[in-house]
Amino acid sequence: MKSLAELAKIREEALKTVDVRMDTKCTRVVVGMATCGISAGARTVLTTLLEEAKIRNLNDVTITQAGCIGVCRLEPIVEVYKNGEKVTYVNMDAKKAQRVIAEHIVNGQVVSELTIGAVEK
Amino acid sequence: MDFFRSHVLVCGGTGCTSSGALDIETKFLQELKKHDLEKEVKVVRTGCFGLCEAGPIVIVYPEGSFYSRISVDDVARITEEHLLKGRIVTDFLYAESVEDDEIKSINQVEFYKKQQRIVLRNCGIINPEVIDEYIAMDGYRALGKVLTEMSREDVIDEIKNSGLRGRGGGGFPTGLKWQFTYQAKGDQKYVACNADEGDPGAFMDRSVLEGDPHALIEAMAIAAYAIGADLGYVYIRAEYPIAVHRLEIAIEEAKEYGLLGKGIFDTDFNFDMEIRLGAGAFVCGEETALIASIEGERGMPRPRPPFPAQKGIWGQPTLLNNVETYANIPQIILNGSEWYASVGTDRSKGTKVFALGGKIMNTGLIEIPMGTTLREVIYDIGGGIPNGKAFKAVQTGGPSGGCITTDALDTPIDYDNLIEKGSMMGSGGMIVMDENNCMVDIARFFLDFTVDESCGKCTPCREGTRRMLGLLDKICEGKGTLEDIDKLESLATTIKNTSLCGLGQTAPNPVLSTIVHFRDEYDAHVIDRTCPSGVCKALLSIVITDECIGCTACTKVCPVDCISGERKGLHVIDQDKCIKCEACIAKCPVKCIVKK
Repeated sequence: MKSLAELAKIREEALKTVDVRMDTKCTRVVVGMATCGISAGARTVLTTLLEEAKIRNLNDVTITQAGCIGVCRLEPIVEVYKNGEKVTYVNMDAKKAQRVIAEHIVNGQVVSELTIGAVEK
Repeated sequence: MDFFRSHVLVCGGTGCTSSGALDIETKFLQELKKHDLEKEVKVVRTGCFGLCEAGPIVIVYPEGSFYSRISVDDVARITEEHLLKGRIVTDFLYAESVEDDEIKSINQVEFYKKQQRIVLRNCGIINPEVIDEYIAMDGYRALGKVLTEMSREDVIDEIKNSGLRGRGGGGFPTGLKWQFTYQAKGDQKYVACNADEGDPGAFMDRSVLEGDPHALIEAMAIAAYAIGADLGYVYIRAEYPIAVHRLEIAIEEAKEYGLLGKGIFDTDFNFDMEIRLGAGAFVCGEETALIASIEGERGMPRPRPPFPAQKGIWGQPTLLNNVETYANIPQIILNGSEWYASVGTDRSKGTKVFALGGKIMNTGLIEIPMGTTLREVIYDIGGGIPNGKAFKAVQTGGPSGGCITTDALDTPIDYDNLIEKGSMMGSGGMIVMDENNCMVDIARFFLDFTVDESCGKCTPCREGTRRMLGLLDKICEGKGTLEDIDKLESLATTIKNTSLCGLGQTAPNPVLSTIVHFRDEYDAHVIDRTCPSGVCKALLSIVITDECIGCTACTKVCPVDCISGERKGLHVIDQDKCIKCEACIAKCPVKCIVKK
């Protein structure tokens, strides 16, 4: 160990491995993973989200699953909690999941056409 | 690096390990593999979470779901329901964390709410065998700061200003100790850590070593820099295999990262550490005996002065602190002495870790700010006394301490208040007793321990404690007299005044303190020849009351065949033959056999 900077670098890397365990006020991405969700392909959505988060080094994002959200016909469903606001994306797939990460999570632009409001209009 | 969406923390402390935590960990790995979740969910073995009563404990993040008393059979359901489908398995959650249909995270549970974790901050959160996780929690930043930004005097001043006092029991101001060792003249100085935790029922130091071993390494390096040492010894008992193993791993990791060795942080500071295993003698917790043992001598104390700060290991100035004291150091350096001094009471700063045991709901390890009252500890954090029994006393300070009774429950806990109440802080054992504990028997238990552990070097301790034990045995057998109680008191005073080391000087404390607070129980033993709590077997008789239905169940379990009576008739116990094993009491279907 040569300097505080070197230590800080290790710390930054290491934080990514433990931040799931902290109470951070970060963005939460929730995938509906009940039987309905899984049979509609929620696992692919979940793994894509994880993959994207890893590629983009997103360490202030929690990706987790929930049970049945209730509108099973619109599964797979992904809910994004950011800045106290909830956005529900429906009929998700891997491609759409990539868009949500890139546009909503990273750039803060809600992907309006994928939300439940747009689909159900 | 993989992005894990969920972490499963399995407690790997000694308590949970002995109740099967390692099998649970293996099972989780198998189940995750089965569901193809290995790349999404990470299993981490951590140190102790503190609530050993509820073990084996599993915590799932990011939710912070607190699963308690998990068995291997439960793992499949948690994996399938929670980790795969995202439905928390409420059946397995710690009961208090499910309330009004709302699931609380571990930090909101009553047991943790009143605690403040400085020493145990990483225990149960990080994997103690991975140095990166410690670094993520600000680890080694204090060492870096000290080496690159602070002079040795600055460090000592910071510790002095923090008001930290030795957590091993004595409560000597840590900063002063550092200053004395810094000022002492010697060609070679040493830092040493007392990890020879010997009080029955105390496991604070073990948990720190098992849950956060790098905190000790960092603190010892800081201390070494401050006093001018380049070698540290950790004296740890061989009965703590998990702690030893993790400390060994931690030392290796620190060496690989260049946090131990030569030229740390590119300065001219060198520091290395060695582990010395103790054979588990209580007396080796005494500093001069510990030093003798490190040197390979028989572990026996010698008179002080000279203190270790002048003449310690190999006759050189040595700084000796206990594990918990060290574990505070990095946080004091990082957050400043003012922050530390803002926690606690006037003369006792910071927090203290206690091992809560005995007749208490939440057996386990807690860390509270100094000044918390005993009532808060026992009823709020500890959850009160099980089975609706009445609180009688709490024993602090282990075999060197004393009892604190109901009238002192609202005393804020700190070094001085506990001494004023006739006990002491000690290293942090806290044993709760209810109405079913006989205080004479408790005194006898602790004295029995010190008699065994006396090293035999000085006569008052070697002979005196043995004579005291003899008197207590006599009282417990119902052969004592009032004179014996006086003899106990006079022997106790002599032993306290004339023993060589702390072991002998404090050994009579449990006896003296129980005589002061529970004189009526001693009197009952010697005058009425009864044991009011029904513990001392010789003073008990077990009798069958008139409600006996003559079922003969008791005669079948009696190991000495001392119960006689006709079928459907009243049975009688032959008091001369009865060994008071109480097997008949357990067997009687109509509960008509009672202790008198």
